[in-house]
Amino acid sequence: MIHVVLPANLQTLAGVGRLVEVRVSGPVTQRSVLDALETGYPALLGTMRDAVTKKRRPMIRFFACEEDLSDESLDALLPDEVASGKEPFLIIGAIAGG
Amino acid sequence: MSEIRVLVGTRKGAFVLSSDASRKTWKVEGPHFAGWEIFHVKGSPAAPERLYASQSSSWFGQVLHRSNDAGKTWETVGNQFLYDGTPGTHKWYDGSPHPWEFKRVWHLEPSLDDPDKLYAGVEDAALFESADGGSTWTELPALREHKTASEWAPGAGGMCLHTIVIDPSNKDRLFVAISSAGTFRSDDAGKSWRPINRGLRSNYIPDQDAEVGHCVHRIAMHPSRPNVLFMQKHWDVMRSDDGGESWREISGNLPTDFGFVIDVNANEPDTVYVVPITSDSLHYVPDGKLRVYRSRTGGDDWEALTKGLPQRDCYVNVLRDAMAVDGLDPCGVYFGTSGGQVYASPDGGDSWTAIVRDLPAVLSVEAQTIP
Repeated sequence: MIHVVLPANLQTLAGVGRLVEVRVSGPVTQRSVLDALETGYPALLGTMRDAVTKKRRPMIRFFACEEDLSDESLDALLPDEVASGKEPFLIIGAIAGG
Repeated sequence: MSEIRVLVGTRKGAFVLSSDASRKTWKVEGPHFAGWEIFHVKGSPAAPERLYASQSSSWFGQVLHRSNDAGKTWETVGNQFLYDGTPGTHKWYDGSPHPWEFKRVWHLEPSLDDPDKLYAGVEDAALFESADGGSTWTELPALREHKTASEWAPGAGGMCLHTIVIDPSNKDRLFVAISSAGTFRSDDAGKSWRPINRGLRSNYIPDQDAEVGHCVHRIAMHPSRPNVLFMQKHWDVMRSDDGGESWREISGNLPTDFGFVIDVNANEPDTVYVVPITSDSLHYVPDGKLRVYRSRTGGDDWEALTKGLPQRDCYVNVLRDAMAVDGLDPCGVYFGTSGGQVYASPDGGDSWTAIVRDLPAVLSVEAQTIP
């Protein structure tokens, strides 16, 4: 199981807690994890990436294992620690304040 | 006894305010969608328990919600707004061609007789419709493909289709308003459109009485008189008596004719309300006084309504979708401010009280009259 950490607003939208689990068959990539997440929680469709182009929303970041993976290829393999469920895949809303 | 529901969209959630017909004591429910920007909430005239809400954020994009129990519970519905075919370009701020890009739903307009049918006005400006309660959306592309569309350009708030008015006597006739392209009319349920801006003059475009390019902020109609339209333009309050074929200015004695909202009394088709705003650089009310202006003569002659409204040190704005009327007699009038107040008048504007004073900035207000 892949562990995914959601930002607060998406937790509300999906009606879940901070950490959700998704099952991915095949290579564990950003694309496959996000596909699984959107399948499991359809309310999230289009909120993390464009539903058609699959392009990441500009103010969403993807982190794992203390690395910013936001600009990695959608089809690049995620770290083994994420694939094995040891470390979570973090979906982050960019900070803003004032 | 009738019930009134006021649906409020704010920068940080939606609220449902309800009262009996006396409109003196209000119950406040919310925030729904806490923390999210709710551009618009509107109920179906055909089934008042059916509500739709447009949630939009710079982070997470567009989400749409539907309720079948007047907002007690909500479900997410479709958020795929795909322009028909390959969208062309409109003008960008620097005059260069810019591809049409969907950003958000500004306004939802449910059908008058079918709770599952509704229109959505979006940015970049286009009109979509759904026949399945918002689950799927199809563009009515003729508007975006109008021959003038490549010349449309956004105002500071974005190029949004923010107003949709359905003629209750002829459901094929639709009016829409776009910032900053102007007003358009369809007589065939959206299959074709034409600009209806004759009589508008705007000094912020090179050709002041051009066919398109006017920054219309809001149009309003009384259902008994669908050929009479009232308009709050960027500057100027306008009136048409021929279904938008021509417009004349009715700003009269208003202290300023800049503003966003305009609405019509439910029982008196010539009683019109606006909230004058100082200017397009000072987006707050003039002289520190919050005043609704009412014309009982269909324009030109306006009176300030101040009873119960702050008359000093007030610097709020009232945005284009943030005024509504109910269907009772006397007519209830409601508006929300950038300061988070929602004011109600149960007597056609003679007196006002704040239903709530400290909500997040208000983006939209709609009123439902439940028999």
